[in-house]
Amino acid sequence: MDNNVAVRMVGITKTFGTIVANKKANLEVRRGEILSLLGENGSGKTTLMNMLSGIYYPDEGEIYIDGNLVTINSPKDALDLGIGMIHQHFKLVDVLTAAENVVLGLNEKEKYSIKRTAAKVREICQKYGFVIDPMKKVYEMSVSEKQTLEIIKVLYRGASILILDEPTAVLTPQETDKLFEVIKNMKKDGKSVIIITHKLHEVLAVSDRVAVLRKGEYIGSVETKDATEISLTEMMVGKKVTLDIDRPEPQNTKKRLEVKNVTCYRKDGVKVLDDVSFEAYGGEILGIAGIAGSGQKELLEAIAGLQPVSENSEITYYSPEDMKPTSLIGKSVKAIRNLGVSLSFVPEDRLGMGLVGGMGMTENMMLKTYYGGVPFVTSKGKPKALAEKIIKDLEVVTPGVSTPVRKLSGGNVQKVLVGREIAASPTLLMTAYAVRGLDINTSYTIYRLLNEQKKRGVAVIYVGEDLDVLLELCDRILVLCAGKNNGIVDARSTTKEQVGLMMTHIAKKDNDGKGDAAND
Amino acid sequence: MTKEVKTNAKIPLVRIAKRTNISRFKSWGVRIIAVIIALLINAIVIYSITNLNPIEVYKSMFLGAFGTSRRLWSTVKEVAFLLCISVALAPAFKMRFWNIGAEGQVLVGGIATAACMIYLGDTLSTPLLFLVMVLASIVAGAVWGLIPALFKANWNTNETLFTLMMNYIAIQLTSYFVAKWENPYGSNTVGIINKTTKAGWFPSLFGKEYMLNVIIVLALTIIVFLYLKFSKQGYEIAVVGESENTARYAGINVKKVIIRTMAISGALCGIAGFIGVSGASHTISTNTAGGRGFTAIIIAWLAKFNTLTMILISTLIVFLDQGAKQIVSDFSKLGINDNVADILKGIILFFILGSEFFVNYRLVFRHKHAHEDNKVTE
Repeated sequence: MDNNVAVRMVGITKTFGTIVANKKANLEVRRGEILSLLGENGSGKTTLMNMLSGIYYPDEGEIYIDGNLVTINSPKDALDLGIGMIHQHFKLVDVLTAAENVVLGLNEKEKYSIKRTAAKVREICQKYGFVIDPMKKVYEMSVSEKQTLEIIKVLYRGASILILDEPTAVLTPQETDKLFEVIKNMKKDGKSVIIITHKLHEVLAVSDRVAVLRKGEYIGSVETKDATEISLTEMMVGKKVTLDIDRPEPQNTKKRLEVKNVTCYRKDGVKVLDDVSFEAYGGEILGIAGIAGSGQKELLEAIAGLQPVSENSEITYYSPEDMKPTSLIGKSVKAIRNLGVSLSFVPEDRLGMGLVGGMGMTENMMLKTYYGGVPFVTSKGKPKALAEKIIKDLEVVTPGVSTPVRKLSGGNVQKVLVGREIAASPTLLMTAYAVRGLDINTSYTIYRLLNEQKKRGVAVIYVGEDLDVLLELCDRILVLCAGKNNGIVDARSTTKEQVGLMMTHIAKKDNDGKGDAAND
Repeated sequence: MTKEVKTNAKIPLVRIAKRTNISRFKSWGVRIIAVIIALLINAIVIYSITNLNPIEVYKSMFLGAFGTSRRLWSTVKEVAFLLCISVALAPAFKMRFWNIGAEGQVLVGGIATAACMIYLGDTLSTPLLFLVMVLASIVAGAVWGLIPALFKANWNTNETLFTLMMNYIAIQLTSYFVAKWENPYGSNTVGIINKTTKAGWFPSLFGKEYMLNVIIVLALTIIVFLYLKFSKQGYEIAVVGESENTARYAGINVKKVIIRTMAISGALCGIAGFIGVSGASHTISTNTAGGRGFTAIIIAWLAKFNTLTMILISTLIVFLDQGAKQIVSDFSKLGINDNVADILKGIILFFILGSEFFVNYRLVFRHKHAHEDNKVTE
């Protein structure tokens, strides 16, 4: 047996009810290598890693660590074997400091000393190139700091095999680069790092080897140096695909929405939108970039009538027929709809806002139209027909129109939501993180749908986090930074670095043209 | 290898796995098996504590609930009352509004009814009197439900605590009226209201004293079922219950739905109070609701807020209660007292509730050959 192999998983099968998450999957991770675990949504990447880190127990199959057959019943067992996982959702206690979070749950024999812990944390930081203040409270930390802390937590516990579940999903390009530096340092130290991801350029940038899963099965692994984005995608999807996002030239653009001096406060008094102004045109896709929590959510919700805004804020809708302006300020969702404003909104929180998780597709289709038709009773005929049409057109995988949408996979949930919003034939379509967590196939379906709407003359607003996609899909990009409009750039001529910088640094106030200069 | 190797001894013996799509036949099979096991265990308990023949005890239990026409109708009356309260909770619970205040809402409905009987019983014609009683009880119950709803809708107060505390206010209010309407003086009870005139009493239908109760409650059960399943308001309730954010997103006025639904829930509880006083006890006391407001919560949950299923479950609960009373009276000298009856009741309920676990999950036992296979590959 190869002594260099840190982890070997053989014939792993895991089922949840009738769903097979992993089917006879194999995986090998060597000492001191960075392995990318690549696969579409629902291909069983996270499940497979959850079995390695003791969250699930496999139905069948064996796991060898350093050549020894092991049984991993709990995350503690996994840690004892040197396996640590950094989950997508951080598991930190907000009110404790970094150092306190690190020792939490540890059963150290020595007397507890926060100073010694802090010193040890600093030591780890120094060794791998992290930057973190051990005495900082978690609630004061940025997302990237929290992630750093999660990694330190695992290293502190002596892990030699680290699993990172989609670590870059929440990071800016600059933060991602920093994270990759750290990962490379860990590799130098002889640690094995497994990165679960579906971002191909990151796979190519950081990993030594790529293992691909498809529909729960292990497809194979390749050395990164022999791989290209196209070859990896083919392994992942199982067929030939093209990776270019279509971007038709905007035609016949007409002002559809004017947002002027919009300011809004959160319930706790924090200003989340600060004097934001911009215009959106029919026939174009306006991208909105910004680090998570820069006011994207509030901005879209303010337009949709879900978020109260301060006085002086103006949001005006221009009807496509006669350009008649309608103010949307202070109007409820229903009032806006009754004014004939056909506004569709794909919110970030798909099951918590856009859909009713416990209801079937039919009942979700009628969410925005249920009050029409005959009085008092609901009619389910039309929604059912629409649900069936969406299943057919968008290839939604579901047992039936009455299966609760919560039980569908992430990609299918989004297809249901986007399908419904587009079926309303909107003139203004807002999407928030429309492809977050979706696999390549579904993402491209969504891009195609958005482009179709753009060609129909719809004003599309696309809030996104993947800058590559924003730059390829959108016509203009509005960059939000700490609730401020930090400028609007032409997506065709700008670079990723420039947008990344604008996301983190407030532009000087001297060219106060609201960034519209870059428009056209 | 310096690292300690773990052996297979730690493979868990039993694992719990979620079931998907259990057939109706199988799920009822699980429940029936649970009842049978409960009866077997009860048999052992009965025999070991009292040396009685368990079959005799079960027979007495059954006869206690259904044995004679009088007992049967007493059971039916109880079921109707309990079912009515459970049905009243359904809209609120479907909205995830934990209305723990049915007890109080029933009581105020009962007070309103009793007040009508006492003050208007001799002056109004029967149809008019009934109309006034129904309206009064509806208004009283609705107000009791509306108060916590208004606070919840406007200031997001905790409805569980709020409705719970409203119960105590209702109980105190009842005490006050009991003292006020005391009859005969010094008895500290209201006594049977309108004992001679029977004004405001439910009339017998088809020669059955409690037939009207049954008809009203069944009608309400079906109406609420249809309301929740097919009406637009029912749809709104379901959406608000699942996610207030989604409701806002859909343009549903969440405040309005909360207030309206709790008014309905309270009003239905008020009607239950009306049935309890006018249709059953013909008196009012702090025991008129008698904890049924809380039992109804269990029924509503077990029925997963489906009012038709509630018929079955409330019947079961009342049957256990009536049966338990009967065995105590039949066998009290032979060793079955209230406490033993409670144990028997508890065991049956435990198994029925426990069976839901096996309906939703299955146990996976350790694969016997796993050890050998692993050793070979190693």
